[in-house]
Amino acid sequence: MSSVTDVAPIPASRTTEGVPRPDRKPRGGLFLAILAWLVGLLFALPAVWMLLTSLHSEPDAASNPPKVFAPLTLEGYREFFGADPWPVLLNSLTAAVISTVVVLLLAIPAAYALSIRPVRKWTDVLFFFLSTKMLPVVAGLLPIYLFAQWSGLLDNIWFVGLLYTSMNLPIAVWMMRSFLAEVPVEILEAASMDGAGLIRTLRQVVAPIVMPGIAATSLICFIFSWNELLFARVLTGTRAETAPVFLTSFVTSQGLFLAQVCAASLVVSLPVLIAGIAAQDKLVQGLSLGAVK
Amino acid sequence: MSVTLERGQEGAAEAGRPPSTAVRRSADWARRAPLLPALIFTIVVTQLPFVFTLIISFMNWNAYYPQDRGFAGFDNYVRVLTDVNTRDAIVVTITLTVVVVLVSLVLGLLIALLLDRKFFGRGAVRTLMIVPFLVVPVAAALVWKHAIFNPVYGLINGILTWIWQLFGSGDPPQPDWISSFPLGAIEMTLIWQWTPFMMLILLAGLQSRPLEVIEAARIDGANAWQIFRYMTFPHLRQYMELGGLLGAVYIVQTFDPVFVITSGGLGTANLPYIIYQTFYLAHDYGRASAAGVVTLIGTIVIATLALRTVSTLFQEENK
Repeated sequence: MSSVTDVAPIPASRTTEGVPRPDRKPRGGLFLAILAWLVGLLFALPAVWMLLTSLHSEPDAASNPPKVFAPLTLEGYREFFGADPWPVLLNSLTAAVISTVVVLLLAIPAAYALSIRPVRKWTDVLFFFLSTKMLPVVAGLLPIYLFAQWSGLLDNIWFVGLLYTSMNLPIAVWMMRSFLAEVPVEILEAASMDGAGLIRTLRQVVAPIVMPGIAATSLICFIFSWNELLFARVLTGTRAETAPVFLTSFVTSQGLFLAQVCAASLVVSLPVLIAGIAAQDKLVQGLSLGAVK
Repeated sequence: MSVTLERGQEGAAEAGRPPSTAVRRSADWARRAPLLPALIFTIVVTQLPFVFTLIISFMNWNAYYPQDRGFAGFDNYVRVLTDVNTRDAIVVTITLTVVVVLVSLVLGLLIALLLDRKFFGRGAVRTLMIVPFLVVPVAAALVWKHAIFNPVYGLINGILTWIWQLFGSGDPPQPDWISSFPLGAIEMTLIWQWTPFMMLILLAGLQSRPLEVIEAARIDGANAWQIFRYMTFPHLRQYMELGGLLGAVYIVQTFDPVFVITSGGLGTANLPYIIYQTFYLAHDYGRASAAGVVTLIGTIVIATLALRTVSTLFQEENK
């Protein structure tokens, strides 16, 4: 669970270029620090530009050369919220929450059966889960669409949420397993002798290990569900439309709409940005399926 | 979690288990029970559709001509593999994946090395770096398409105008980036989003290096390049494989930027887009399914490699 901020201080001599100068601050240090800052800013620039453009009036946003210091306005946001995006955002939230909750309900018992009381050939089962994540979902899109059409589940946000569950479940099983594997079974065994001790152990020993795992799993499931476009586009219509599908209405826009596009993109990205930045370490664990700790 | 907890014992018994008795068998089922809901759900929702895709791929089935439905043999496959669009899409899919994964991996490695040093504001720079990964893919593609690449008011041409004006020229070059480099524009957007992913995994890899060993090598007189070449790089290799292969698995399935930036035009349609188009717009279910099976087979090759890498990491972790 390492992060830049909570690892032990790294000796200044740990550079990757130049002659080693043990225990002395390398002279290239300042240059490399400035370079790191420039690279970071360059990568953030498109997002910063999105924010700035969203706060400009439409004529200022579409000016060439760019008017960086044009007066700020909430016009773009007013325009975006004027189109009543709330049902759409609510649909996205519903799908993401359904899939996250169901994923946890399915993944935690499964992870238990793959770590604390493992079934026979548990590694094979674990790799079966992972293999399903690696196959292209698009290859299963048509049968799922035909099933939804046949069963009347087209344009139903619950159905979409359940599909997202299947997409996220392999990741969740892997992550929860890697966390549950750290639970000290001996202590649990000793505690299970008397009930009061067990509850205390669960709270004081198991919860601190498992709760970060649940947080990391929820974060990843939420992000992937919130971002999904292809299935939502094919399976939803007017009622269950999700935020990414709503955004596609800007694909072929003409005329003065740049501030509104940027405002919409930012609002839709905001939940992911906030959650992801707040839980950076969890992000790494989740993206590497728990392989990177 | 209050039932018998005996992981230690089970781990030992796993290698050579005594022959099952009826009691043993029911105990086995008790162990399997918590696993079954997840397993059944996964098989029904993710594996069953592939079986139907395989079946439909051998059928004549176009929603516009429902009366012509029937067995088609390998016709759909012949049509998919001889169709110029699909063959182009295969090439586009491979190009897109290879370019995006390699460039993101190299950039991610360089940036991870920069961020592995202690400097003022390192946490802030890391946060700035992961922002691109957290912008919703559709939103990222929209912003790159309209606010950055647009020939009239996009940021790139705006900066060109500004620079040319600085030097007193009123005639700056204003290329139409998306029309001139359609695939490049999509790759650029994807690289912007995936470099942070690679950087995060490689940075975690760098920070898990055994520092004492590196210190010892330094004291023994190894220079920085030797340490990187013979110690850091071999250690990072498995993380690079992990990042590259997981990235490849996601990028092979890329749909959003292709849909948003070019709508599959200008020779940028990849296999997921072609499948979407054949099924959703042309309603040719048989051919879409055959294309799906082709994509499936291609991905299985990559996925096998990825699984092997994860499996290596996994065995080391569980030693």
